[in-house]
Amino acid sequence: MMTMTGAELIVRLLEQQEIETIVGIPGGAILPLYDALSQSKRIRHVLARHEQGAGFMAQGMARVTGKPAVCFASSGPGATNLVTAIADARLDSIPLVAITGQVPLAMIGTDAFQEVDIYGMTIPITKHNFLVRSAAELLEVIPQAFRIAMSGRPGPVLVDVPKDVQNQLVTFERLPAPAVPDPLPPLDETAIAAAARLIDEAERPVLYLGGGVIHADAAPLAVTLAEQTAMPTTMTLMALGAMPVDHPLSLGMLGMHGARYTNFALQESDLLVCVGARFDDRAIGKASQFCPEAKVIHIDIDRAELGKIRRPDVAIHGDVKAVLQALLPRVRAQLRKRWLSHVASLKSRFPLVLEGRDDPRSHYGLIQAVAKALDDDAVVVTDVGQHQMWVAQAYPLRRPRQWLTSGGLGTMGFGLPAAIGASLAEPQRTVVCFTGDGSLKMNIQEMATLAEEGGKVKIVLMNNQSLGLVYQQQNLFYGKRVIASNYRRPTDFVKIAEGFGLETLDLDHSEHPEADLAAILRRPGPALIHCSIDRERFVYPMVPPGAANTEMIEG
Amino acid sequence: MIEQVAEPLPTSGFEKVVLELEVNNHPGVMSHICGLFARRAFNVEGILCMPLPDGQRSRIWLTVFADQRLEQLIHQLERLVDVLEVRRHGADHEVFVQLERFFQ
Ligand SMILES: Cc1ncc(C[n+]2csc(CCOP(=O)(O)OP(=O)(O)O)c2C)c(N)n1
Ligand SMILES: [Mg+2]
Repeated sequence: MMTMTGAELIVRLLEQQEIETIVGIPGGAILPLYDALSQSKRIRHVLARHEQGAGFMAQGMARVTGKPAVCFASSGPGATNLVTAIADARLDSIPLVAITGQVPLAMIGTDAFQEVDIYGMTIPITKHNFLVRSAAELLEVIPQAFRIAMSGRPGPVLVDVPKDVQNQLVTFERLPAPAVPDPLPPLDETAIAAAARLIDEAERPVLYLGGGVIHADAAPLAVTLAEQTAMPTTMTLMALGAMPVDHPLSLGMLGMHGARYTNFALQESDLLVCVGARFDDRAIGKASQFCPEAKVIHIDIDRAELGKIRRPDVAIHGDVKAVLQALLPRVRAQLRKRWLSHVASLKSRFPLVLEGRDDPRSHYGLIQAVAKALDDDAVVVTDVGQHQMWVAQAYPLRRPRQWLTSGGLGTMGFGLPAAIGASLAEPQRTVVCFTGDGSLKMNIQEMATLAEEGGKVKIVLMNNQSLGLVYQQQNLFYGKRVIASNYRRPTDFVKIAEGFGLETLDLDHSEHPEADLAAILRRPGPALIHCSIDRERFVYPMVPPGAANTEMIEG
Repeated sequence: MIEQVAEPLPTSGFEKVVLELEVNNHPGVMSHICGLFARRAFNVEGILCMPLPDGQRSRIWLTVFADQRLEQLIHQLERLVDVLEVRRHGADHEVFVQLERFFQ
C-alpha cells in the first residue's frame, strides 16, 4: 500500500507519463502541488511571466513533439489567463493538459477569494474537463486526461483540483498504468475501396491536406499517395510542411491568401481528396462555390467533421495514417500527363509573386534571407497578422512539425511563448519566431522567460508600426476609413529586448543585413532581430470577404 | 476578423425527433450536453433525465426540432467523453406522451 497527498500523487502520475517540463505560475490555490513538484527529480518547472504565456509554451512543446504537454495555473485569475491558450489548442487540435488550482471544495460556489468556475468556463473550449472532488479520483482522472488529450483528434483537457484535494491523503495499492491512446477505429474497407475507385477514375484530382495529416504523422504517406497517383497537392495553413514546397506536385497553400494558380486548379478539379482537413472558411472561401465540379472523398478521425460543411461522396472515418496505408496498395499508379501539364501552365500563368524577394529589408526578402541562413531542422513559428501570411506564402517549409502557427483561433501573442516551448522541447533546434509589432506586445513579458532559459530562439520582428492586417482590411473593404490600426508612437523594441537581456540586431541600421542576419541566427542563445517594414505592403493575393476562392484580388 | 459568410440558419422544414442518450452520471454532464445544443441554436423542447439502476449512468431523453444539422449534432454528442450512446427516435415516442399530463 502507498499513502501520499493528492498533490504528490499528481506529480507521480505526471512523472509516469514521462512529462519532463511543466510551465506555469504558482498562486495560493496551487501551492500544495508546487510543493510536491519541488521534490520531483524528473520534472523541471519553467516559470512563465503570464499564464497565457505558460499555456502557449506548453502548446509549443506539444506542437513540435506531438505529445501532450502540461501547464499549471492557480485559481481565479491564473486560470482565466489560461483560457485563450486552451481555446487556441482546441481549435488547432493540440494535446494539452492544463492543471489548475481551485479553492477548497467546501468553498466552491461561495465567491471565495480567487474563485472562478473554470470548469464551467472551459466546457466549450476543451475536449473534456474535470473538477476533481477527492484525491482518490486523481488515480483515474490524470491518466484519463492524458488519454483523452492524445486519442483520436487531439485536444486540450483541463483538470481543476481544489486545494484541499491536493492536501488530502490517499492510500492505494499501486499506481495506475500510464495512459496510452485509444485503439484506432476499425478500417472501413468498403469506403476505402470506393475511394480507390474514385481516385483511379478521376481525371483532374487534387489532394487537399489538413492539420490532421501532421497530427497523425501521416505526411510521408500522403506524399507517397500523391506521387503514386500523380495528384497535385494543396495544404491548409495547418498542414504546411506536410509536402515540401518544392515538391513537383505541391500546389502550396490554398484559400484566402493562397496562390492564384492553386485556387484555379482546385476550381477545375473533378475529385477532391480531403485528408485531415475541415473545409474551414479561410481555406475554401464561399462554400457553395468551392470546387464546384468535384466529387469529394473525406478522410478524418473525427466523425463530426464528415459532412459538416461539404457532403462527401465517400466518407471515411478513421485514422488518416491507417487509411492512407490501406488505400495505397489499392490505387493504380498513374502519370496524368494532361492534368499535370495543365496545372503547370496554370502555375506559369498565375504564379505566386514574391515582390522584393531579393531585398532582405523587405517583407518577402527578409523571410527568404532567414530561410537561406537556416536549414530544414529549424522550427518556424509565427504570430498573427500580415507577417504570418507572408511567412506562410514565402518560407520554404519542408518538414512536418517544422511550422507552428495559430490557425483556428488566430491568436496574436501566440508566437513568442510557442517558440520558447518548441525550444524547451527540442533545444538542439534553432527556433525562429516571425512576429509583428502588435502581436509581440501581447506576450512580450515572455522575453524574460526566454532570457532566463536561454534557448536558441530568434525573434524576427517585422515592424510596420501597425496592426497591419486590420489596416489592410480598412483600406480595402472599409473605404480607407482607418481607425485604431496604426500606432502613433514608435516603440523601441531593441531597447526593450536589451532590457530583458536578449542579444539584438537592428537591420534598419545594418550595413550588411544579410551577413549580420546569418551571423546572429547562427549564434547560440536568444535574440531579437528588428526590421522596419513598409506599412503599405499588403498581403496578396486575397479572396475578399464572402467571395469565391477564384475571385482573388491582386495588389 | 472579416465577416464569415455562411448560409443562413434554416427557419423552416423542422422535424420533431426524440433523442435517447446514455451518459455517465456525475455533475457537469448536463452542462456539456446542453451547451452543445445552445451554441448551435438548436431548440430543445423537452428534457428528461433520470439515473439508471446501477447509479453509474443516467438516461437523458430530449425532444428537439431537427434540421439537416441533426446528424452532425449527433456526432458531436457522441464525441463528448461522458456520452456513451445516442439513439434517435420518432416524435411519437411514448416517453414524452406519458408525461404530457404533468404539463396541462
Ligand atoms: C488576440 C487578438 N486580438 C485581435 C486580433 C485581430 N487581429 C488580427 S491581425 C491583427 C494585427 C496584427 O498586428 P501585427 O502583429 O503587428 O501584425 P501585422 O499584421 O502588422 O504583420 C489584429 C489586431 C487577433 N487576431 N488576436
Ligand atoms: Mg504590425
